[in-house]
Amino acid sequence: MMSEITREDMHIPKIGIVREIIQETPDVKTFRINAPDGSPLFDHMPGQCAMISVPGVGEGMFSIPSSPTNREYMEFSIKMCGCLTSWLHSMEPGQMVTVRGPLGNHFPVENEFIGKDILVIGGGIGIAPVRSVVKYMLDHRQDYGRIDVVYGARSKEDLVYYEEMSKEWPKVPNTYVHLTIDREQEGWDGPVGFVPNYVKELNFPTDKTVIMCGPPIMIKFTLAGLMELGFQKEQVYTTMELRMKCGIGKCGRCNIGSKYVCKDGPVFRFDELDELPNEY
Amino acid sequence: MLKFTSDQMSTLFSAISAMKTLYVPVEKGGEVTFGVWSETEKVRLDALKTVKSAKDLFFPQAETMMGFKMEGKNIEIQVPEEKMDEFVVFGVRACDAKSFEVLDNVFLAEPVDTYYALRRKSGIVICAACTRPEESCFCNVFGIDATAPAGDIVTWTVDGTLYWEAKTEKGEAFTAQLSEYLAEATAEEEAAVAAQNEAVKAIIAKLPYANLKVDGFTGDRMMEYFNSPKWAELYQACLGCGTCTFVCPTCQCYDIRDYDTGHGIQRYRCWDSCMYSEFTKMAGGQPRLTQLERFRQRFMHKLLYYPMNNNGLFSCVGCGRCVNKCPISMNIAKVIKALGDE
Ligand SMILES: Cc1cc2nc3c(=O)[nH]c(=O)nc-3n(C[C@H](O)[C@H](O)[C@H](O)COP(=O)(O)OP(=O)(O)OC[C@H]3O[C@@H](n4cnc5c(N)ncnc54)[C@H](O)[C@@H]3O)c2cc1C
Ligand code: SF4
Ligand code: SF4
Ligand code: FES
Repeated sequence: MMSEITREDMHIPKIGIVREIIQETPDVKTFRINAPDGSPLFDHMPGQCAMISVPGVGEGMFSIPSSPTNREYMEFSIKMCGCLTSWLHSMEPGQMVTVRGPLGNHFPVENEFIGKDILVIGGGIGIAPVRSVVKYMLDHRQDYGRIDVVYGARSKEDLVYYEEMSKEWPKVPNTYVHLTIDREQEGWDGPVGFVPNYVKELNFPTDKTVIMCGPPIMIKFTLAGLMELGFQKEQVYTTMELRMKCGIGKCGRCNIGSKYVCKDGPVFRFDELDELPNEY
Repeated sequence: MLKFTSDQMSTLFSAISAMKTLYVPVEKGGEVTFGVWSETEKVRLDALKTVKSAKDLFFPQAETMMGFKMEGKNIEIQVPEEKMDEFVVFGVRACDAKSFEVLDNVFLAEPVDTYYALRRKSGIVICAACTRPEESCFCNVFGIDATAPAGDIVTWTVDGTLYWEAKTEKGEAFTAQLSEYLAEATAEEEAAVAAQNEAVKAIIAKLPYANLKVDGFTGDRMMEYFNSPKWAELYQACLGCGTCTFVCPTCQCYDIRDYDTGHGIQRYRCWDSCMYSEFTKMAGGQPRLTQLERFRQRFMHKLLYYPMNNNGLFSCVGCGRCVNKCPISMNIAKVIKALGDE
């Protein structure tokens, strides 16, 4: 006798075709991917991720920075840092990868965020997960209050989505973009300095909901700054990054306390993180 | 209750293996582990603990998950079969049987792991009630009755006779197929089985670890245990060898890797261990820096994190394999004792 199941398994990816590759910064490229027949790979919500793989090279977790409303392609902004990411950076449009998702939870854009003034803070490649939220909110502009985006990188060249952020977003009513770079540089007449200091300088009213992603050191100091301004941890959301393999809460790798970052995260509020062991 | 009418186990085994692949504890190179039965195998029903637990049959140490055919720019995904021949595993102890429930909660939770699900669906579990528990056993601490395992079929051996009871629909259907070898047990025989069970439970109650207390491990005390100064002493000698995780019937962590066969890529998974530093290492850093954190993770997961997610069910079944196999004689029983002293 034989037993039978339907092989619908989140370990098994779909084929994606890289349609376009955009050089964002010296080490970050954005990949526009959809299914071989041109349809979307799957639906997602802002903050969710997907596993991208080149079989034989590796598989890695990446945020989906494009808006769920984009039905043409799904974007991934990928920083070159190792085996798989270098391979992806050497690819050309038309090539295939495998993609599986959507994985993880998402920002509460449909409930908690509605009607709120939103402050988005990003550093470096940490802008990728939050860009999806911004795009989503801009697509549903009337549902949200004032939107402020503070974003910093090492230099002007390292600002991912620079064109879009400096030219398109500020044109949307009640939407403000504040860019900063670490050091003075020719051709840059904007603010200079690290994100944590810049956020304090901007002295935002404390009734905002905050979304913050970036390197751990930026998160640490910016959070402290926000606390000084009078923000509560319950108001501040972030995304977590841990080593991942399965992406569905089974392989055990991304376990912190009773949570699996791949399944219960990557989006957490800081008051939720306070209740977990500090192993991230 | 039924009984097997022959005193030759090989009669039963050859009848089963005529229908389905049969796994039993067999001795290979001096070690007992579950293997495919045949006339020539050295069957070891007396061995209490196989080296690898019965988990290996449902969540194998290594298994291919899919293949990729790579041709030029083209990738073709080769999805594995959706069918599998039914198989039987005979001789599963109560602790290992309980471990399936622990694993089910992980692998059968949405989104379902179809690799595990297919094996679970295909496998018929025939348990063997314990008759001679060892010093390292402490299943009773987790509320497991060694004489009443949770299988599709349960068997008890009393004075050389095998008694048999189907416990699930699957078990009943399979029992019906073996009806020519089975007969009703008499009331006296059933009484003898019950008497033996009581005697075995009395022995277990006196084993060295039988009185460990686990009711203090409740989710509200997670951080208290996490921050316990005891970890600093407990982990000291741990070599990070991972043996405890590989022999453990409830350890579930795995790695996913690709292998180039020369004519395509095979993606396989294999058991991994939270005791290894590679497990969580990232470009940006290492969240579990020393062996202390890794050691703590294993036991925190079994005694707190897992139960917090699964209605208080512990992810240890007291099989005692880690007690027997750890090269430095550290084990979960010692950890429970040390943390409980606070
Ligand atoms: C939820 C989540 C979202 C992410 N989103 C993005 C994103 O939008 N853009 C982006 O560029 N990167 C993102 N990452 C990081 C990305 O997954 C890793 O950089 C990538 O997997 C490294 O693969 P590699 O083969 O190039 O590196 P490898 O050759 O495997 O390793 C290079 C180094 O990276 C480490 N590494 C391996 N896996 C990870 C990992 N998951 N996270 C961090 N370091 C790792 C290795 O230990 C090694 O030190 C995200 C990670 C997570 C967990
Ligand atoms: S932790 Fe040790 S005693 Fe508990 S189930 Fe695992 S191997 Fe058995
Ligand atoms: S506790 Fe023992 S078996 Fe487990 S990793 Fe440490 S030394 Fe190895
Ligand atoms: S990546 Fe496997 S459990 Fe999270």
